[in-house]
Amino acid sequence: MTLFAAENLAINFGGVKAVDGVTFDIQEGECFTIIGPNGAGKTTIFNLISRIYDSTEGRMMFCGEDITTVPPHEIAGRGIARTFQNIELFEHASVLQNLLVGRHCHKTTSLWSEALFLPSVRKAELAHREKVEEVIDFLDLQHYRDSMIMNLPYGVRKVVELGRALCTEPKLILLDEPSSGLNVEETQDMSFWIEDIKKDLGITVLMVEHDMGLVSEVSDRVLVLNYGRMLSYGTPQEVQNDPEVIKAYLGG
Amino acid sequence: MRFLFKTDYDQDIRLAKHSGYYWSYGALLVLITAVPFVLDSYYVGQLTQLYIMAIAGVGLMLLSGYTGLVSLGHAAFFGIGAYTEAVLTAGVTLPFMSEPVVFPFVLSFPLAAIFAAIAGVIIGVPALRLMGIYLAMATFAFAIVVEEIFSRWESVTNGYTGLLVESLYIGDMELTDGRPFYFLSLGMLIMVILFSLNLLRSPTGRAMMAVRDSEISAQSMGVNLAKVKTTAFGISAGITGLAGALFAHKLGFLSPESFTVLQSLELLVLVIVGGLGSLHGAIFGAMFVLALPQALAIMKDYLPLYIAEQPGLEPLIFGMILVFFIIFEPLGIYGRWLKVKLYFQMFPLYKKATFKRQKSYMKSERLR
Repeated sequence: MTLFAAENLAINFGGVKAVDGVTFDIQEGECFTIIGPNGAGKTTIFNLISRIYDSTEGRMMFCGEDITTVPPHEIAGRGIARTFQNIELFEHASVLQNLLVGRHCHKTTSLWSEALFLPSVRKAELAHREKVEEVIDFLDLQHYRDSMIMNLPYGVRKVVELGRALCTEPKLILLDEPSSGLNVEETQDMSFWIEDIKKDLGITVLMVEHDMGLVSEVSDRVLVLNYGRMLSYGTPQEVQNDPEVIKAYLGG
Repeated sequence: MRFLFKTDYDQDIRLAKHSGYYWSYGALLVLITAVPFVLDSYYVGQLTQLYIMAIAGVGLMLLSGYTGLVSLGHAAFFGIGAYTEAVLTAGVTLPFMSEPVVFPFVLSFPLAAIFAAIAGVIIGVPALRLMGIYLAMATFAFAIVVEEIFSRWESVTNGYTGLLVESLYIGDMELTDGRPFYFLSLGMLIMVILFSLNLLRSPTGRAMMAVRDSEISAQSMGVNLAKVKTTAFGISAGITGLAGALFAHKLGFLSPESFTVLQSLELLVLVIVGGLGSLHGAIFGAMFVLALPQALAIMKDYLPLYIAEQPGLEPLIFGMILVFFIIFEPLGIYGRWLKVKLYFQMFPLYKKATFKRQKSYMKSERLR
């Protein structure tokens, strides 16, 4: 079943066509990867999906609904969570608080009940925390639970960010370069987690990645972009053998 | 050192994290309850003033310290609260009534807070598009406009002639003076702190901190930036307005000069010197802001005459202390307090490097 579909998606920044006529669809339960040289428009597509940018053309469908004009803060509630290329965590808060912000789209309590901390708020908080603890268990973050983000090393922050996205209980998770800045072991861990997210949690993964080892390990299908245009589309093997792709990466 | 063994999610939610909280805050409560019966009335008045400033400080702290929005216009909300209180308790002639209606304080205090909160939401809406220094400019301009309204809207505020604030009574007891006023202000302060603590441990408070640290990821987690920012402005202005209402009774006489830009700056200094991002900071900051002029006045007696008589000595020292805090102790008095506390907890193993500031290389690491 198609979970997400982009049809003829395009965005211009002035005269620059950052994304130009991109069409793809993501099937439920697969891991879909976007690769491409720097500046190809990969992250721009992510920003279009999370509605930080308004697309100039085209439309996006998610779960059969048009999300092209949905306000950005409603995207998480609809079931799309994301991570960022240059880690965007809440620095002056603990890991636990960061993960709890991930629960914000499931907020049920009102301002006044919160100010008085009524029993209903306590109950909702406990339910949020239970979910957060599940994620902490899943990603082995117990040790860092109460640490402030600013005191954590890069590798752990990367995992916390993944955890925060998981706390929103998404149907589709967007991972922007999940292995950038990680060492070989951490990258291996990341690939296991992506497999687990896909298989055990049943969350569909859309990822931007440069590490071809990781890409061929976990991806079902790959989309190659260059200068905002689609260059190739297929399984990791097909894409890696595509002469156009080789040309884009190696020149010639 | 105390090591907490967590067995329950509720332990992270509770306000008192361990039994030590009951002892220390219990002792503090006993102390501040006993104080007005021991000290003479001048100091009781000063402490009352401290509590009022602390309420305003908590209000600004929620906005600047927790939501990361700088306001240079909080004197306006303070003033709106004060004038509302003065006008309502003096009696208002409503259009459909012949007699002026005198509002009892149980109504006038909340109304003062609500009026200020509405003003806060109104200034919060354009502030959605402004960040950092530009937001400071916008709020600054707002404060000047409000100050001007106080002086020109003479039918209500009496302009520069000033407005007398009625005292409040319960039976024969005057509520707005001496011990009763001390306990009224203290009660309000405790209420405001509990209100803020509750917010900060629930989704709205976390959304505020999320907006402070990274707007873009807050948005992607489902936080409605516009809503959170206007809410923060509203709550902050409301609390400051409540402080203003108390302040009106403390002053007894309102004129536009009481709510100038200097007062806004004083509030900003309060939260920065106290320590941005902590409610303790608001209290410490209020102590600082109140104690400093007194300390300067005492100091003047010991300075050579040609220095002591210089105009502008106080603002100079005020400004210098602010600069020193920003350079050497950005976390303010509360940050220093944490260090002292850790020193004794770790004694004799305290390592100076624990709090050594590191240069930040990542965007997200830079100080707000």
